[in-house]
Amino acid sequence: MDVFDIIGPIMIGPSSSHTAGAARIGKMAALLMREPVAKAEIFLHGSFAKTYRGHGTDKALVGGILKMNPWDTRIRDSLKIAEEKGIEIEFQTGTIENAHPNTARITLTGIHGQKAELQGASVGGGNIVVTEINGMEVYFTGQNPTLIVVHQDMPGVIAHVTSFVSKQRANICNFRLTRKEKGGLAIMSIEMDNPFEESLLSQIESLPFVSHTILLKVE
Amino acid sequence: MKLQYKSVEELVEAAKESGRKISEIVLEEQAATMEKSPEEVYEVMAASFRVMKQSVVEGMNENLRSASGLSGGAAAKMRRATEEGRNHFGKLFGSAMSMALAVSEYNSCMGQIVAAPTAGSCGILPAALISVMTDKKIPEEEIVMSLFTASAVGMVIAKNASISGAEGGCQAECGTASAMAACALTEVLGGTPQMVSTSCAIALKNILGLVCDPVAGLVEVPCIKRNAMGVANAFTACELACAGITSAIPTEEVILAMKRIGDQMSFSLKETAEGGLAATPTGCRLCREIFG
Repeated sequence: MDVFDIIGPIMIGPSSSHTAGAARIGKMAALLMREPVAKAEIFLHGSFAKTYRGHGTDKALVGGILKMNPWDTRIRDSLKIAEEKGIEIEFQTGTIENAHPNTARITLTGIHGQKAELQGASVGGGNIVVTEINGMEVYFTGQNPTLIVVHQDMPGVIAHVTSFVSKQRANICNFRLTRKEKGGLAIMSIEMDNPFEESLLSQIESLPFVSHTILLKVE
Repeated sequence: MKLQYKSVEELVEAAKESGRKISEIVLEEQAATMEKSPEEVYEVMAASFRVMKQSVVEGMNENLRSASGLSGGAAAKMRRATEEGRNHFGKLFGSAMSMALAVSEYNSCMGQIVAAPTAGSCGILPAALISVMTDKKIPEEEIVMSLFTASAVGMVIAKNASISGAEGGCQAECGTASAMAACALTEVLGGTPQMVSTSCAIALKNILGLVCDPVAGLVEVPCIKRNAMGVANAFTACELACAGITSAIPTEEVILAMKRIGDQMSFSLKETAEGGLAATPTGCRLCREIFG
């Protein structure tokens, strides 16, 4: 904790959890996309589902999907901006079992058909936790640069990826692996203490059995 | 100098030992921890202060209305009364009230604000500092520096109790903001480090037990007016501490009392919109009207 956790962040009101955190969840989802978004389906749970209109959670989430940061004044007009860009937005409310009260699940479809899904919770003070990516369980806050490595579950893949990370002198402070089944699709989430060069991602993707890699970080 | 921010006493002792202000040692320590120069860290705080000033200006617009329709326009009314000399407690008090309402209403209307320490309590610190800065013609640099004292005390409270309404009730949000404002004012107006600590104790004691009961769960009713109250309470605490009045209960014990009260508080009174004002017949009706 430092002084700017107490005086800060600079943000669009009214609520650090319902607007600032929501914008961050939206942006995390957007960062999974490699092509412009054509459609966003947003599923809200708990307090998000109950109060999203009054808190502007809808505008904050869509602002995030448009890659706006929590302090971006355009968040107020994000629904209109999305419409002008021809992005189809759909909100649904309901229950997600065992989820934090401020949880959103965002499914994005790109203009060429790419699909990405992210579930995250706004846990207070604008801080978030990402709990699911493309239907697989993850757990990270984005406070540290976080590598998401989608790969096939094969011997040696983790060693290849982590040794590449260590060669960049990046220190791993948290690591998690989730897989659908043995030998099947898997996701590594690797949190690091140090900044990581975006330009290195393609080198990770050239490693055996790695399909793609994304770098996520809360602004 | 290494600071742990575990107690207000630690800050007071460190300031006394070095013969400097709390804000000065906090800026120096934070810069060292963040591996930045003090100038860079100061500039980040100065940028936040500029956003605070802008939010005061924007929030005075009489046509502001929140999405729910519950709030907007109060700051403009208070400002007009003050400018026309119709308010009863002087220009400084009137302008401080209008500024607290302005920032807080601007927040409700999706304006750009600085969480201090939260969005729900974002009007208290800017209103207390900017009204006094203007009234007493204090250089802006001194005000920005006092924000380091305020945030250091905020860190101590966050570590030992809470700054979240969902965890500790409104005492944790507006109470902490009010204590932070009292400490900043006390330093800026020439109080000793011990007086800074005393003003923290007094501000918190006066607000202990305040519940978080927002109507419809929105950061509007009663949050906006509680921001005005938070400034008045900061003035009270600063005034008493600077007159040399002490607190019978030491600051650290007051913070712990706040923590225990927060723990004992019913969940219906901690930002769930199930108790207090939210559960009144009118509170329930407003909620139905907003969310159907």
